[in-house]
Amino acid sequence: MKRKINDSIRKLDKTCLPNWYEIPLAGAILSEGSEDYETGSWRTRRPVWNKEECTSCLICWLFCPEMAIKVTGGKMAGINASLCKGCGVCANECPREGAMTMVEGGEYRDCKV
Amino acid sequence: MRKKIGLTGDGAAAEAMRQIDPEVVAVYPITPQTEIVERFAEFVAEGLVQTELINVESEHSALSACCGSSMAGVRTMTCTSAQGLALMHEMLYIAAGNRLPIVMVNVNRTLSAPINIHNDQSDSLGSRDAGWIQLYCENPQEVYDTVIQAVRIAEDHQVMLPVMVCLDGFIVSHNMEPVELLDDGEVKEFIGEFKPRLNLLDTERPITAGNLTLPEYFFEHKYAQVYALEQSKEKIEEVGREFGDRFGRRYGLVEGYKLDDAEIAVITLGSMAGTARVAVDALRGEGIKAGLLKMRCYRPFPVQELAGALKNIRAAAVMEKAVSPGAPGPAVFSDIIAALYRQSVRINLISYVAGLGGRDVPVKSIHRVYEHLQKVAASGEPDRILNYLDLRGWE
Amino acid sequence: MAEMLEIRWHARGGQGAVLASRYLAASAIRENLYFQSFPQFGTERMGAPIVAYTRLSDAPIYLYCAIEEPDMVVVLDPTLLKVVKVTAGLKPGGAVVANYPGAPAELAQELGLKGEYRVYSVDAYKISTEEIGRPIPNTPMVGALARVMGRIKLENILAEFSEQFGHRFSSEVVTKNLNAVRRAYEEVQSL
Repeated sequence: MKRKINDSIRKLDKTCLPNWYEIPLAGAILSEGSEDYETGSWRTRRPVWNKEECTSCLICWLFCPEMAIKVTGGKMAGINASLCKGCGVCANECPREGAMTMVEGGEYRDCKV
Repeated sequence: MRKKIGLTGDGAAAEAMRQIDPEVVAVYPITPQTEIVERFAEFVAEGLVQTELINVESEHSALSACCGSSMAGVRTMTCTSAQGLALMHEMLYIAAGNRLPIVMVNVNRTLSAPINIHNDQSDSLGSRDAGWIQLYCENPQEVYDTVIQAVRIAEDHQVMLPVMVCLDGFIVSHNMEPVELLDDGEVKEFIGEFKPRLNLLDTERPITAGNLTLPEYFFEHKYAQVYALEQSKEKIEEVGREFGDRFGRRYGLVEGYKLDDAEIAVITLGSMAGTARVAVDALRGEGIKAGLLKMRCYRPFPVQELAGALKNIRAAAVMEKAVSPGAPGPAVFSDIIAALYRQSVRINLISYVAGLGGRDVPVKSIHRVYEHLQKVAASGEPDRILNYLDLRGWE
Repeated sequence: MAEMLEIRWHARGGQGAVLASRYLAASAIRENLYFQSFPQFGTERMGAPIVAYTRLSDAPIYLYCAIEEPDMVVVLDPTLLKVVKVTAGLKPGGAVVANYPGAPAELAQELGLKGEYRVYSVDAYKISTEEIGRPIPNTPMVGALARVMGRIKLENILAEFSEQFGHRFSSEVVTKNLNAVRRAYEEVQSL
């Protein structure tokens, strides 16, 4: 039986799992970042960014495993709440006292990172 | 300019690799594949190829490095034999599952123990379920032609699977014969430029590869791979046909010899097909309707082609150089039974395991197989299905 | 040559029999002959008796098995005559060509032959020592064999040597080897 292979989908639709002939070649993930996986929902602690203390050295951006650090024009621009999984690596690596602090509570639905 | 020179099977593989000029070759030498590595390393040293030759510390590392470079979007080749292929076993599945179009030359040698460096096909036949395309060669010319075709087959965007080109150790690998080499430019043009479908280093289109795939996806991924392997039959035939049209030597999935009106036939792979051809000629001289079916392509298994070629045969013997201890029959025999059953072809089929560990398979021994087939054809029923050729103490 | 010619080589590991058999076979391309050249599939050790094979034919060759009944045997080392039965399986009327310091009659006597085979001798050690400076019997024996079988012209044997080894050896070494091949071709004696 011949099947038309359309394996170029870039977005996963979790409400309807794809058929075998719709899956990207070799199980590669073609979408960028972790948006498909709602990594923000894993969060039980969250980073709080203090804009006043931040020097935009972007070390947090470099270390963040989920690309949750938003950057605009080469400057730190906040945290993407739907991606941040609350691992705390940003706060741990931040060289500046009080620029990034972890606090209890994921508050995913409220998106108050 | 095309030229005809004397080359061993290993030498022919190395020449093909020189003309293909892959970006990466990661390899570990092992008898009887060593001559390929030696010759190719000379080509690298002399600047005849641009290849990055990676000398690794084991075959597991060789194929691991190949997986990495292939995933990074460059044409990648390797070669091995026996224990080397066994050590690659884990990576064979990873290469196929990641749909990496790596071309590997495997010089067939038996698997230890007892330790033995000589030919049989237990190494590659034992890797039959790894998801690779497997093509078997009869002589050095076929090795040269097949390595070139393998690149085209593997890299086709509908295929994207690794290809193993198999040749019998020593019998073909160390046997020098006249080989017609194509012009370097002809080879380059035939294989074309490698256009990867996935490229880990393409920063414009970033991907994540080699992912953890959980139960809700794994089955579908695996089936996509199964489907691609089954469909690759068409590509193998197409490339073999085009090679024939351009260069005069045509290749297919199976090759029949005096099979059209044959009543008895031997089915085999690799160099034994050559020797069996000589037996067929002698039998035809005596008026016996003997034929031969050479399986060039073992994976994907040419189910329809094989069953079609055998449907009018009264008795056939599968001669193969491997055993499957404890199995209902050896690998190729069992596969052919399944293929015939699927196609509703019912013929008398017997199995002959032959040539293990480099045991010579002379014409006179193949004649005994055909004598057995004549008896089976006459009685209409096999007296014994599983047989071992030239095994001392086997009566 | 409608018939296939099958040759078996006897030598000791390290004497270059495999190289010589390949060189002879490659020369056959110049005569538009088909050929096979392969070592007996054993583990090679320096000094141990080894066997190699050559098939020549004007039709394609499909045999992928050892030669059990050769038309000719070539012996690269005279001491092998006492160790190996070099005439085993040799077809009636077949030829023995040996590197041997004595006359063909002495060789026949040493092998216990009574006229069933054609016997040829050539002192390849003497020739190679004088021409090349070392007792290496493989290249002169190719010359002797070419003379005995008469299927490949001497000029093609010499041309193939120059082409195959011209870039590997100095022109002096090539010339010395060519002289050794030519001398063996001329000096090989029949019974």
